[in-house]
Amino acid sequence: MSPVDGAGASNPNLPVDRAVTEGRTPSTDPQQIPELQEVDCPPELQERIEKLMARYPEKNSASIPALWAVQERYGWCTPEGIQQAAAVMRVTPAYLESVASFYDLLHTTRVGEHRIEVCTNISCWMRGGDELLDAFRAAAAGEDVFVTGFECLGACDIAPMAAIDQRYFGPLLPGEAQTAIDQLLSGDAVLPDKSLEKRPLAGDTPVAGASGGAGDGSAA
Amino acid sequence: MPHQLETRVLLEGAEDPRLATLQGYKDLVGGYATLERAYKNMEQDEVLKELEDSGLRGRGGAGFSMGKKASFLPRGDMPKYLCCNADESEPGAFKDRELMQRNPHQLVEGIAIAALASGAGHAFIFIRGEYDSQADILDAAVAEAYAAGYLGKDILGTGRDLELVVHRGAGAYICGEETALLDALEGKRGNPRLKPPFPAVQGLYGGPTLINNVETLSNVPRIVAKGADWFRQYGTEQSPGTKVVSISGGVRRPGNYEISLGLPTRDLIYDLAGGPLPGRRVKAIYPGGSSSPVLTAAEAMDLPYSFEAMAGAGSMLGSGSVIVADDTVSIPHMALRTARFYHHESCGKCAPCREGTNWTVKMLERVVRGEATPMDLDIISSVQENIMGNCLCVLGDSMAMPVSAMVRKFRGEFEQVMAEAAEGIDPHVVVDAPAETLGAAT
Repeated sequence: MSPVDGAGASNPNLPVDRAVTEGRTPSTDPQQIPELQEVDCPPELQERIEKLMARYPEKNSASIPALWAVQERYGWCTPEGIQQAAAVMRVTPAYLESVASFYDLLHTTRVGEHRIEVCTNISCWMRGGDELLDAFRAAAAGEDVFVTGFECLGACDIAPMAAIDQRYFGPLLPGEAQTAIDQLLSGDAVLPDKSLEKRPLAGDTPVAGASGGAGDGSAA
Repeated sequence: MPHQLETRVLLEGAEDPRLATLQGYKDLVGGYATLERAYKNMEQDEVLKELEDSGLRGRGGAGFSMGKKASFLPRGDMPKYLCCNADESEPGAFKDRELMQRNPHQLVEGIAIAALASGAGHAFIFIRGEYDSQADILDAAVAEAYAAGYLGKDILGTGRDLELVVHRGAGAYICGEETALLDALEGKRGNPRLKPPFPAVQGLYGGPTLINNVETLSNVPRIVAKGADWFRQYGTEQSPGTKVVSISGGVRRPGNYEISLGLPTRDLIYDLAGGPLPGRRVKAIYPGGSSSPVLTAAEAMDLPYSFEAMAGAGSMLGSGSVIVADDTVSIPHMALRTARFYHHESCGKCAPCREGTNWTVKMLERVVRGEATPMDLDIISSVQENIMGNCLCVLGDSMAMPVSAMVRKFRGEFEQVMAEAAEGIDPHVVVDAPAETLGAAT
């Protein structure tokens, strides 16, 4: 058991948590930095992280990009991947873990082959984001697809919307969730008509009677 | 054809996809001519003066004078940095996404000129990790600019250098806060820092750092090219210029519209965005993103859309993102949705925010479940008061402002929702409703 609120510091009978005495900065103890030859880092990953480090005046700045590289290589930030990145960057794995666990898009547990984030924040919620999330969850059941509700993705103009493998689609109807997942799994282009990239500026589109998605009348 | 109420300056030519390429940017809007003139013929102070005279106010939320901010950076030989804040994560805001996607070179040119004004030798675009497609576009644009000699060593033979790196975040609203952004850029967890020292004095890697929003920096090339007086013909005395406004929620045509600041809010919502959906009426709006205090339709419609008018009405223009709530939207549920966002995004460093957002969510859940009493509304309000001004950054305030405004302005509706939800609930039975039934997102 780990003491909380500094209890361990004053009670000699309890083990002292490092966090109590040293604050929340993960260890920088060089002893804990893995050696490159111990971790079996794929050469292309090593090369990529080294390139990323060279972009910054201080190498630690590359920690988020390096974790992205690990995630791209293994599908998520695996403990082995973090060890490898740590060995290349000459930081402790604990340090990289502390970074990875802070950010919503870096996964420290296994997620599916594909990732779908459905926005459920204010504007999408008003237009049926919750129903869309339910539809995606149902459609992805049993498949290797990770579906999660997400905070505002910055695409309220196409509400309700979802990010499918980091690309934005909307406005979506719940019925389109199944189509999207079928296309995703079969390798086809996903919902080509609903891609944000192909959308004209709002001011260049005609005013529709109701351009909303599923949410009409159900925003409470 | 854009609507007659739109004033497309930053979005000039944006309907043409060629604008995203260097050649298109040059052909369509005469791009990079200003960079060339500034780097070859202008001194730091000249650029700075033009920016200060223009009265350009930061477009990221705080609305602080951009030129003034740049002038705070000390002179001297120490390494200085410029960070473009492209971590647009405020619910309701999506204007930077549009600007980066449609006209990335305008931003690159703006950064290069702002770097000249601030003496920065190393610039970063911190873009939120979710904007993967936009980051790809920026990567391509930056590579083109390097190849053409607009970035890198000895720019256009002037002996001036600038490195520009596109840095992707990984999903954290707090990284839009400037000091948290610096921590994230240094490779740490994105926790805000104590201010002062302000980033202009001690920022990235301890060096003086200028941090500006995408839209602010996108304004820079034209201001330097055409002058402060040209810029001031748009907008109002205290809010010069145009603004890309994101409108979303219960409107017929949600999207980004560029307007001259000071346009009546009614025109923005009814003409540009097409008004509420058929059969609905506007009930309330967030005038400047989810962290701005909500205004009732009666309060908002006749106000000019400007920094000073929104501040005068007890709200704020913020990032310029209007979320429209129509009469089908339950305000207590909207308050809960808002509070949940800030609860999720609180970094946990300061107690008032960490605990305040948590307890606000819990209390609002009780409200919508019918387990609260009217006294709880007073407690919610007092919690908000105790958050405001008591944290390292404004994330907690960003929840406290809209939530307290909603409780104050729609108290009757809160009481009604409470009473309706409470009907049939036996007060002696503890209801253990799973979070899912309340539409919990994450």
